[in-house]
Amino acid sequence: MSGLVTVKLHRLAHARAGDKGNRLNIALFAYRPETWPLLAEQVTEDRVAALFADRRPAWVRRYDLPLLHGFNFVLDDVLQGGVNGALNLDGHGKTLSFRLLGLDVRVPAAMAAGDESITGRTGKA
Amino acid sequence: MIVAGRQLSVMTSSCSPLRIGCGSGFSGDRLDAPGPVVEALIAAGGPSALMLEVLGERTLALAQRERRLAPDRGYEPALEALLRPILARCVTHGVPIITNAGAANPEGAGRTVLRLARTLGITGLRVAVVDGDDIRETGALDGLTAWEGDGRATLAGQEVIAANVYLGAAPIAAALRQGANLVITGRAADPALALGPMIAHFGWAEDDWDRLAAGVACGHLLECGSQVTGGYFADPGFKDVPDPHDIGFPIAEMAADGNFVITKPPGTGGLVDPRTVKEQLLYEIHDPAAYLTPDVVLDITGVELAQEGPDRVRVRGARGGARPERLKATVSLPGGWLGEGEISYAGPNARARAALAGRIVRDRLRAQGFGGRIRADLIGVVSVFGDDDGALLAADTLDGPEDIRLRVAAATETKAEAEQAVREVLSLYCCGPAGGGGVRTRIVDRIRTLSFMVPRDRVHPRVRMLEDAA
Repeated sequence: MSGLVTVKLHRLAHARAGDKGNRLNIALFAYRPETWPLLAEQVTEDRVAALFADRRPAWVRRYDLPLLHGFNFVLDDVLQGGVNGALNLDGHGKTLSFRLLGLDVRVPAAMAAGDESITGRTGKA
Repeated sequence: MIVAGRQLSVMTSSCSPLRIGCGSGFSGDRLDAPGPVVEALIAAGGPSALMLEVLGERTLALAQRERRLAPDRGYEPALEALLRPILARCVTHGVPIITNAGAANPEGAGRTVLRLARTLGITGLRVAVVDGDDIRETGALDGLTAWEGDGRATLAGQEVIAANVYLGAAPIAAALRQGANLVITGRAADPALALGPMIAHFGWAEDDWDRLAAGVACGHLLECGSQVTGGYFADPGFKDVPDPHDIGFPIAEMAADGNFVITKPPGTGGLVDPRTVKEQLLYEIHDPAAYLTPDVVLDITGVELAQEGPDRVRVRGARGGARPERLKATVSLPGGWLGEGEISYAGPNARARAALAGRIVRDRLRAQGFGGRIRADLIGVVSVFGDDDGALLAADTLDGPEDIRLRVAAATETKAEAEQAVREVLSLYCCGPAGGGGVRTRIVDRIRTLSFMVPRDRVHPRVRMLEDAA
């Protein structure tokens, strides 16, 4: 389809990561309710597992939260020891929410053209 | 002089709403945060309570070590700095304070607060100390099951530095019903610091699962302080936060039926909107239909949010299931040593020089038969996103930016090995690639934490009232 363009997930959604031991969760929320189905289709467990492949998650699970226009991704065994054992500067994995937001998604060109309509940007540009 | 009265306002079973403010979200939070929260609670009138969450997983183990060296220590070091500006105001206006600042020594923390109160001219203070979370001496260590997220963890043959169960809200509620001005716990589930005063105030039954779930959802939103009011949120141009240098910490207005509003003190920075509340609602949660706490299993899949006014978000729809039969315990063990060294390279060909420096350190340590685990990052190219084996960095073939910091980290069994690794970064000053500068090194001993499940009947929380002798 010629009417699709590629944008970073960061333009469509916001996210926050949290840790428990070696397990990471990233909650992802569409800025606009109408983009939630598009994210549900494209930001799959498989794609997230592939995005984090170098960190070798034991498994990736997506929980859907339609009332909040969000998803909760749980990635098991990606923190290599967690906050008290990792060699990574960011042992919590707190920065990894923005690794997810770097994922490419395809959106209708018309949607991408009207930036505000997909990003829900507030205030000044 | 201020004579403390009993905190009758929260102990009577009542239908009037209860306001709960949170003045600290972790050990290390802004010390000036509680003030505006307390003033807003006082100005609003009506029953209220203040929670201060300061106890991380690792904090308690460090406190346990500190207490071993100095038996009257082992509690949150910033306790007095947090309380000094607000204690008299809270006592005068009947706002009880609930905090897990007790860490490894709740009683020591309580005695410190009594001393502080006397220097502030407050007498008659009632400080409740909740303990029983420390299970090292109880035999409960034998009945532990490893938390499934830690695989088949075992304690066999290891020195246990700390072992603490997450206590629930019941002992906190009991302490408030006894008229405590201040409740000091060690390890307790963070949301219990908010749920305790709700149970004391509304008289919710211990199997009123939906209301308890609403209380836990509310406490969960409050427990990280500013993380629900615009902290940990700003993304310039996408998610802008007003006056982020002065974020107001959260206040919840809880109704008897479990409906509540999250807001913040007037005149402060930050913001409360559905985006800030959503991000915090899921923070550190895995299965959103089953968040296990000592008091109830919380299901947030039916939660709905509505902006009710500026910086006011209504939260409804939390559901609860029967509390789990097993409680979670965090066990801390010695975790060896961490050595870190950094050096900067900038300008033309900086990436190649930094990468070469990293190879030199690896080659030298290999030649010395170094036994530790090692990792190298190029800060400015790939660091925090990557794995220890550097696969992500290796895959990045772009010319790097021209301001890069090499970081080498080593995990070792002994301090000597950590020093060995760090020395190889330091010696890059003279022996490494051209133009390296700004070496910093650091060596710390580490504490490893594991989670276990403990049968509830092996845990016996205690509440004791320390009274001002004067």
